[in-house]
Amino acid sequence: MSIVTVQLGQCGNQIGHEVFNAICSDLHGTHGLCSKKENESYHDACKERFFCEEESEVPVARAVLVDMEPKVISQTLSMAARSGYWKYGDRSHFCQKQGSGNNWANGYSVHGPRHKEVIMNLVQKEAEKCDRLGGFFTIMSMAGGTGSGLGAYVTQCLRDAFPTSFILNHVVWPYGTGEIIVQNYNSVLTLSHLYRSSDALLVHENDVIHKICAQLMNIKQISFRDVNQVIAHQLGSVFQPTYTAECGLHYSRNPLGDLMETLVPHPEFKMLGLRNIPQMPENSLAYSTFSWPGLIKHLRQMLIANAKMEEGIDWQVRPPRLGSYIPSSHSTNKPLQFNTSIANLVILRGKDMHSVDLGSFRDPSLYTSWLNPQDAFNTWKTPRAFNKYEKSASLVSNSQFLLKPLDNVVGKAWNMFASKAYIHQYTKFGIEEEDFLDSFTALEQVISSYTIL
Amino acid sequence: VSLSLPFAVGQCGNQVGCRFWDLALREHAAVNKKGIYDEALSSFFRNVDTRSGGDGPDIYKGKICSLKARALLIDMEEGVVNEILQGPLRDVFDSKQLITDVSGSGNNWAVGHKLYGYQYREKIVEKLRKAAEHCDCLQCFFIIHSMGGGTGSGLGTFVLNLLEDEFPEVYRFVTSVYPSGEDDVITSPYNTVLAMKELNEHADCVLPIENESLFDIVNKIHQMINSGKLGSTVKQNSLVTSSAGSAKTVQEKPFDAMNNIVANLLLNLTSSARFEGSLNMDLNEISMNLVPFPRLHYLVSSLTPLYTLADVNVPSRRLDQMFSDAFSREHQLIQADPKHSLYLACALLVRGNVQVSDLRRNIERLKPSLYFVSWNQEGWKTGLCSVPPVGHSHSLLSLANNTCVKPTFIELKDRFMKLYKKKAHLHHYLHIDGMEQSCFSEAISSLSDLIAEYNELDATKGAPRTDPSRLKIAV
Repeated sequence: MSIVTVQLGQCGNQIGHEVFNAICSDLHGTHGLCSKKENESYHDACKERFFCEEESEVPVARAVLVDMEPKVISQTLSMAARSGYWKYGDRSHFCQKQGSGNNWANGYSVHGPRHKEVIMNLVQKEAEKCDRLGGFFTIMSMAGGTGSGLGAYVTQCLRDAFPTSFILNHVVWPYGTGEIIVQNYNSVLTLSHLYRSSDALLVHENDVIHKICAQLMNIKQISFRDVNQVIAHQLGSVFQPTYTAECGLHYSRNPLGDLMETLVPHPEFKMLGLRNIPQMPENSLAYSTFSWPGLIKHLRQMLIANAKMEEGIDWQVRPPRLGSYIPSSHSTNKPLQFNTSIANLVILRGKDMHSVDLGSFRDPSLYTSWLNPQDAFNTWKTPRAFNKYEKSASLVSNSQFLLKPLDNVVGKAWNMFASKAYIHQYTKFGIEEEDFLDSFTALEQVISSYTIL
Repeated sequence: VSLSLPFAVGQCGNQVGCRFWDLALREHAAVNKKGIYDEALSSFFRNVDTRSGGDGPDIYKGKICSLKARALLIDMEEGVVNEILQGPLRDVFDSKQLITDVSGSGNNWAVGHKLYGYQYREKIVEKLRKAAEHCDCLQCFFIIHSMGGGTGSGLGTFVLNLLEDEFPEVYRFVTSVYPSGEDDVITSPYNTVLAMKELNEHADCVLPIENESLFDIVNKIHQMINSGKLGSTVKQNSLVTSSAGSAKTVQEKPFDAMNNIVANLLLNLTSSARFEGSLNMDLNEISMNLVPFPRLHYLVSSLTPLYTLADVNVPSRRLDQMFSDAFSREHQLIQADPKHSLYLACALLVRGNVQVSDLRRNIERLKPSLYFVSWNQEGWKTGLCSVPPVGHSHSLLSLANNTCVKPTFIELKDRFMKLYKKKAHLHHYLHIDGMEQSCFSEAISSLSDLIAEYNELDATKGAPRTDPSRLKIAV
C-alpha cells in the first residue's frame, strides 16, 4: 500500500524534502548488510510505499506540496530534482503569494476554504495513482500560520473526503523560547482541531532535536537543515519497510494501519512520541560497535525515565512495583518521573535482530491496566540495516512523553489569553474568543486524561 | 512574490525614498548577476519594455529591460522630486508615479491634510489604483514621511486614511521621522501630534525614527573611521550610512548619510520577503507578532552592525557582539533605551551566514537582562534570511514593541502643550477649511490615551507574577 505525503507550509516542505532524501539515500546505500534478495524486497516495498514510477527516469515522490508563499516550494522542487535520485511531480504543488502571516485564523478560515478545491484535487490525483491507498502522512509545524491553520483545515478535508483512510499528522513543536510570538495560540488551535480529524499525532520537538544535534551529532553551528535531517532520519526509521509480528513472509503492506492498530486503542489518546537509537555523527559510525542488549536497555530506560535522547538518562527511575498498589483515583503511588505507557512499538533494523530479547518491554508495570501486556507492546523488524547504522532501534510510544510539553504550551497560551493579547488579530479572520475557549477545553481534557494514566 | 508599494510623501520622505531605491538596486545587482528579472526584484520593481514607448507591457520573466520602481512620489513642492528625476535614478520613475505641486505646505499639517488632501484625493486614488494593478499580490503599503512638516505629515497621513478606505486588507507600514526638540520648525509639535492621531487610528505598524539618533550614529561612524584606531580598513560599501556602489555619484549631501540608514532599515525589513532563508519572515508576520493590541503598534528599530571591517574572518564572538549591540541604546533609531523598559514583543531578523543555533544562543544569553511583559515572557519572533546586505557577511534588524517609546511621546506632548496653552500659531491652522479647535483637542487626547496605556504596562514591570488559574476539567 502507498502513503500519500502532504507537505504543509515552510517547515512541512523543508522536512518533507529531507524525508524523501533520507529514504532514497537509504535505498541507494551499500550498507544494507543483508542478502541481495532481502535488499530487493526492501527496495520494492519502499518504492511502492513512497514513489511512483512514471515515465520519467527517476522515481516521483507520492507527495503534495502546499504553501501560501512561493519561495520554499520553489527551492524544495529544485533541490529534489538536482539530487538525480528522485523528484517531485511537476504538477503536485500549490502555492500562493501572500503567506499566512503566522496567523492560524488566516490559514484555517481564509486560505482553507478558498483553496480547498485545488488542494483536494491534487490530493485526489495522487491518491488515484496508488494501486492501494494506505493513508495520508501530513507534515506541518504547529507554530506558524500555513502549516498549522491551513494544515488543520486540510486534515479536516482529508477526513471528510476519505473517511476510511488512515491519517497520521507529523507535527513539529517550535523551540520553547519563541520562533514566533503567537506560537502557543497557533499550537493550541492546531492540536485541538487535529485531535478531531486525525488518527494520531506524531510529534517532534525542535528543542529536543536541537540537543541531539549539539550533544550527539557534535554539530557546532546548527542549522534548520541539520535539525530537519535528524527528524527525517527518525521518521525514515519508522516508515521504511519492516516485517510485523503477524507476517514474517513479506514486508508489511499497511504501515499506517498497523501503527494505528498497535498504538491508538482509544481516540482520547493520540499523542505519539518517537525515540531513535543510536544517533551519532556519520564519521564516527565506522569506529563504533553496538550490541542489541545495550541498545534495548538504553531505549527502555529512555521510555521509563522520559529521556529525550540516549545521553543524560536518569537511571534511578524505576517502574512501580505491581501489588504494592494503593487504590486511589489519582495514581499517586507511581513515582512522579515515571512515564506510564498505553502502548509501545519498537522497530529493529539490522544485523541479528531476530536474536533480540524484548521481554523487558513487555513488563506489565510499564503500562496502564487496560490492555493485555501482549497487546500493549508490539515489534516490527527487518534484517536490512537503515541509513548506515549497522543496528538501530526506534520506539514509537503512546505514553506520557508529551504530557509536560503539552501542559507547557497550554499554560503559556492560557497566560497570554487571559490578557487578551493578540486576540484581535484572530477575530479579524473569524476565530473568536469562544473558539479559543473550546480549544483550551479540549486540550485540558487531553492533559487530564494523560495525567491520570 | 508578495509586493510592497512604497509612498514617499514630502521632502524628507522623498529624500529617504530616493536613497532607498538606489540602495535597493545596489542590493539586487549584487545578488542577481545574470540580469534576469527574478521574483526578488519584482517585489520592488516592474520590468518594462520601453522600446514601445511610455507604457509598455510588464515583462514578467527573462532579462531585465528597464526597471521601474513600484512607488508613488508625492510632494507639494517640486524641488526634491525634480532632483530625483534629473539624477541617476530618473529612469526608474515615470511621470505617472508622481504627484507634485509648486507652493509647498508651509510646514502646516492642515494645509497638507485638509487642503491638498481634498484637492488631490481623486488623483491620488487614480494613481494608486494604477500602481496596484501592476502588482498581482499586494501585501503592504509603506509610507515614508516626516512628522514635523506640512506635506509629509499632513498629506502623508491623508494618504494613510485613503489607503485604509480603498484597500482595507492591505497592511499599512509607516516609517515616520520625528522632529527633535531643537527642530527649526516652530510648529512641528502641532504637526506631529495631529499626525500621531492619524497614525494611532489608521496605521498597522509605525517605525518611529528620530533625527538625533541618526545623527549620533553618523557621528559615531565618522569618529571611528577618522580615529585610525582600527588596524584594518572599513569596507566602504558596508557602512550603514554609505552610498558607495550605488548609482549616486554626486557629492553626498548632509542628510544622505542619515537617510541611508533609514533606507537600509527598509531593505532589511523586506529582505526575508524577497530572498530565501531557512525561516522566512514576511511583513504581515511582523504585524501579527509585534502588535498585541491594535493601538500599541510603535516599533523601535535598530540595525547592526553599522560597518564591517575588511578582514572577513568573523569569529563567533563578533557575531554575538552584533546581537548585544542590537539592544544597546546607541544603536536604536530613536532616543530610547529598551533594556531598561518593558518589552511587549521583540523581533530579530538575521541576514547572512547565521544559523538557528547562533540565534538561540544569543537569545538565551540576552534574555535574562531584558524585561518582558508577564503574558509574553518568551515573546521572540525570529527570521533567518540567507542573503546578507551588501558588504556584510551577516546583519541583524531588531524591532521592539517596548515602552521605551513613551518618553518620546511624553516630550512631544510637552512641547505641544507649551505652544497650545498660549494658542501660538493656531490661527494658521484654524483658517483652513475643515480645521477646528476640536481637531487639536482630539489629537492631544489621543496621544494622552496612548501614553496612559504605556504607563499602565510600565506599572506591571517587575511586579510579582501571578499566572491565571487554568481551566478545571471534571474527571
